[in-house]
Amino acid sequence: MAISVLAIVVTRNLFSVIVLSGAYSFLMATVLVALDAVDVAMTEAAVGAGISTVLLLGALHLCKSLEAKPAHKPWLPLAVSVATGALLVYGALGLPDFGDPDAPIHKNVVPRYMKNEVEVPNVVTAVLASFRGYDTLGETTVVFTAGVGVIALLRRRKQGPEKASGDA
Amino acid sequence: MRNDLVLRVVGRLMIPSILIFALYVQFHGDFGPGGGFQAGVIVAAGIVFYALIYGVTATRRLVPDCVVETMVASGVLIYAGVGLAGLLLGGHYLDYSVLGHDPVHGQHRGIFWVEVGVATTVCGVMLKIFYMFTSRGNSED
Repeated sequence: MAISVLAIVVTRNLFSVIVLSGAYSFLMATVLVALDAVDVAMTEAAVGAGISTVLLLGALHLCKSLEAKPAHKPWLPLAVSVATGALLVYGALGLPDFGDPDAPIHKNVVPRYMKNEVEVPNVVTAVLASFRGYDTLGETTVVFTAGVGVIALLRRRKQGPEKASGDA
Repeated sequence: MRNDLVLRVVGRLMIPSILIFALYVQFHGDFGPGGGFQAGVIVAAGIVFYALIYGVTATRRLVPDCVVETMVASGVLIYAGVGLAGLLLGGHYLDYSVLGHDPVHGQHRGIFWVEVGVATTVCGVMLKIFYMFTSRGNSED
């Protein structure tokens, strides 16, 4: 994964960047499978490696395939991202151990989720759709809004007075 | 790429299995990994695969824009409608326990419809974005 990230940073050909990020997504999906997060891994493989690669290729079709030379040296953004990464690693050091049964997140609502009063064997689905129904409704609305935004931005106006109004 | 025999045969084999797998992911999401979001994306991926082989124009005939746009909106409406159904049957908004004759059955029914809604919207949005991007620079077909 580190190799593919480095290659993404170094290379200037956007086509290979897209292919490399697809490969990165697949590697990420395998890592998630190894962490037993199969639902997330499936999403990562389908969205990250599948759909977004195709969408990026579609976008690449509209523009030049060679990245423009940056106008100035990237030291300030590099410093900011390194600092943020270091801060995140520092924060992660304070987290409880991986799989620690006494971790705080296993103490509050998780026992109720695990008791599984909705009797759906996949806890992820139960949490997503039932216990956190409002969140998922919000997420669906976000996806909907994204779609509407793309439609509003990219739709070609049909010439003609009857389609010109009320057509967002 | 319509005339490439290998691609056509592989596509004929793959696309139905992708769609069947999406249905499995959708309706088996209660028991195994998966759910509406993944299923929607997989359906969209299958249709995008079709578009890569047969061209966007053929795909737009197969899955027209009006269908896709209806899917985008109707998914959210299905989801919100499940919430309203709970409200009408005397529960809280998005409380599925009142949807069946006993709470567990009601939860199952609610989760099922909610996942259908999520899958519909996600699939519609993915396809719509794909159509939008590919139809802008239509020099290939």
